[in-house]
Amino acid sequence: MVAVPASEKDDLRRVLDDEGKPLPGARVPNIADATLTKIFDVMMLTRIMDDRMMRLQRQGRLGFYMKSIGEEASHFAVAPLRDADWIFPSYREQGAWFWRGYTIQQFIDQLFGNQDDPVKGRQMPVHHSAKWLHMVSISSPVGTQIPQAVGAAYAAKVMGKDDVSMVYFGEGTSSTGEFHVGMNFAGVWKAPCVFICRNNGWAISVPSSTQTAAKSFAAKAVGYGMPGIRVDGNDLLAVWQVASEAIARARAGDGPTLIEALTYRVQGHSSSDDPSVYRDPKEPEIWEKKDPLNRLRNYLKHRGMWTEAWETELWEKYNQEITDALAASDKKHAPAIETMFDDVYEEPAWNLREQRAYLLAQNRSKNPHHHG
Amino acid sequence: MPTMNIIEAVRNALQTQMRADARVVILGEDVGKFGGVFRATSGLYDEFGSDRVIDTPLAESGIIGTAIGMALYGLRPVPEIQFSDFIYPAFDQIVNELAKFRYRSGGQYPCPVVIRTPVGGGIRGGHYHSQSPEALFIHTPGLKVVAPSNPYDAKGLLLSCMRQNDPVLFMEPKRIYRASKGDVPEGEYTIEIGKASIVREGTQVTLLAWSGMVSIAEDAAKQAEQAGISVEVIDLRTLMPFDIDTLIASTQKTGRVVIVHEAPRTCGFGAELIAAIQERAMEYLEAPIMRVTGFDTPFPYSLEHEYLPNADRVLGAIRQTLEW
Repeated sequence: MVAVPASEKDDLRRVLDDEGKPLPGARVPNIADATLTKIFDVMMLTRIMDDRMMRLQRQGRLGFYMKSIGEEASHFAVAPLRDADWIFPSYREQGAWFWRGYTIQQFIDQLFGNQDDPVKGRQMPVHHSAKWLHMVSISSPVGTQIPQAVGAAYAAKVMGKDDVSMVYFGEGTSSTGEFHVGMNFAGVWKAPCVFICRNNGWAISVPSSTQTAAKSFAAKAVGYGMPGIRVDGNDLLAVWQVASEAIARARAGDGPTLIEALTYRVQGHSSSDDPSVYRDPKEPEIWEKKDPLNRLRNYLKHRGMWTEAWETELWEKYNQEITDALAASDKKHAPAIETMFDDVYEEPAWNLREQRAYLLAQNRSKNPHHHG
Repeated sequence: MPTMNIIEAVRNALQTQMRADARVVILGEDVGKFGGVFRATSGLYDEFGSDRVIDTPLAESGIIGTAIGMALYGLRPVPEIQFSDFIYPAFDQIVNELAKFRYRSGGQYPCPVVIRTPVGGGIRGGHYHSQSPEALFIHTPGLKVVAPSNPYDAKGLLLSCMRQNDPVLFMEPKRIYRASKGDVPEGEYTIEIGKASIVREGTQVTLLAWSGMVSIAEDAAKQAEQAGISVEVIDLRTLMPFDIDTLIASTQKTGRVVIVHEAPRTCGFGAELIAAIQERAMEYLEAPIMRVTGFDTPFPYSLEHEYLPNADRVLGAIRQTLEW
C-alpha cells in the first residue's frame, strides 16, 4: 500500500479543495493579505531554488541536494510562530528557512561549503544552521532533533518565557526510538512543543505502510497524552490553521500537539536517489494535481490577490538573485585550512594545536571534490 | 575543613553551583525526590524544586536529548546517567549531537552539558553495573572526559566543568564513592580541566592511573617502597584533553612507565597513552611501557575480583619494567 490520496480520509483537516477553492462549510483562517502574499513569495523562491540547485547537481557543479517539491505548504507551519520561537528542522523544509529570513546567499554558501558558509564548511549540503533565526543545526541521523526540541521547550517553560518549539520530521522517523522518547517526555512535561510529522509517503524507498500498523501517524499521539491532528499538508490554509491552534495551545501552557501533515514526495529522496526503481511512476501524477503551490495560487486568484505579472516578476527576480548568488559563491574560497580545528571546543587543547601545526606544515593537496 | 566522601563532594559541588547559577538544572532517573540511587543529588530537590531537579521518564536518550535542547536554549543541564553501563541508548545523542553541535553549526551552538555517571566495578554489579567505557568517549571529538579519584578533586573538577562551555562526560568511581574520604573546602574552588596530579613523587617508575585505579596504584607504590623501589604515581584526572606535559616530564625523570586501567586492554586508553609517550620521549625510555588492565572479556560477575587490576599485579609490572 502506498500513501492514500488526501480526499479519501475523513479525519483529515482541509480548508481548500484540490483546485484551491474553500470547501463548503470550511472554516477559512483569517490570514492577513500581506502574510499570504509573503507565503506565496517564499513558496515560489523555494520551488525555484530547488529546481535550480538540482540542475546544478545534475551538471556536476554541486555535490548533493534534496528537493522539497510538492511538500512546500507543510514548511509554513512555522509561519504563525513568533520570531522568538524555536524551530528544530529536518532536512526538507527549505521554505521555513527562507520564511525566517535565511538569505539566498547564505543558503547557497552553505551548499558549497565556502568561506562564508554559516556553518563554515563543516557539513554537507542542506545541513543549515542559523542561531540568529532560532533555527537549530540540522543533523542527518533522523529523529535526534525531537527530544532536543522538547528540551528547549522545557527550558523556555522553566525560564518563565512563553516561547514555543516546533520540530519537523518525516513519517519514517516516527519509527525511531527518538520519536517515542521525545513525544513521551513532551507529554509528561506538558512541554510547549509542536511536532510536525511530514508524511510524504516515502522514506527513501520504503512506503509509509512499512513504518507503522497504526491507523495514522497522528493516531500515535494518544499514547503520549496529547492531541494528534491530521492535516492536508498540501493545503496551506489548513496547515496554517492547525499550526496556529497547536502553537496557541502550547503557548497557553496546555502542552504539546502532534500534527501529521499528509503530503507526497513527488521526486527522489535526494540527488542520489532514483524512485523509478521502487515505485509506480504514475503515483506522483495523482499528487501533482494536489500541488500546494498551485492550490495557493488558485486561492489567491479567488481572493483577487494574484496576477500573472506578479508571479512572472517573482520568477525573474529570484532566478536573477540565485544567479547572482552563485556567481558570488564562485568567487569565494573554501574555508581557511586552520579553521578545521576551530569550534571542536571553545579553545583547542594541545592535541588540536599540535595537529593544526602539523597540517599547516604539509604540502597542499588538490581537493578532489572541488566543484566550480 | 569538613571531611567528605566522593558522593558528598559531588552533591556539594552541585549545590554550590545551583545556588550560584539559576541556569543549572539536574535531570535523570530517580535524581529528584529520591536523590539518586547513590544519593548524589539528595536534598537538592527539596532546596531547588522539581523544575530544576527533574525526575525524567526512564530513557537515557531522552535524558541526554532533552538536556541538549535545554542547553541550546540557555540552561546549563547536568544530567545523570544512573550507571555508565546504561549510557549506550544515549550514545548517538552524545557522540553525534552533543559533542558535535558547536562544530557542525560553525560555532553558533555551544552545548554546555555535563553528564555525570558512575563507572567501574568492584560492587558486585556484574556486566551491567561495572563497566569503564571511557575510551569510547575519549575517541569522540568535541567531548571532554573527566575522571576524578577523590572527594577534593571531584568537587573542584565538577565545579570547573559546570563553569565552562564544552560538553563533558564526568565519570565518578562508584566503588569508592563512600570509601574515599578527605578534606573538602565548603566554599568555592576549582581544579583546572586538563591537569594531572602527581599524588606521590618517585624516581624509578611512573605509574599512570585514574578513577578507581588511583588507590590501587598508590597501594602498589607503597609496597614497592618497602622493597626499595621509588615509584611516582600520577592521577590523570582529565582523560581528554590529558596532561601530556606532566606525563612526559615524569617519563623523562623515571624512564619507566606502567599504566593501570580497569577497562578492557585492547584499544583501551592505555594504548593511546603509550603511543603519545613513546612519540615524545623514546630516548628516555629504559623499558617498554607496561599495562595492567581489565581483560578483553565482558565484565564478569562471580570472578570480578580476578578481573580487576590489583596492587600485586601492578607491583609485578613495576618489577618487570625494572628487570627488562
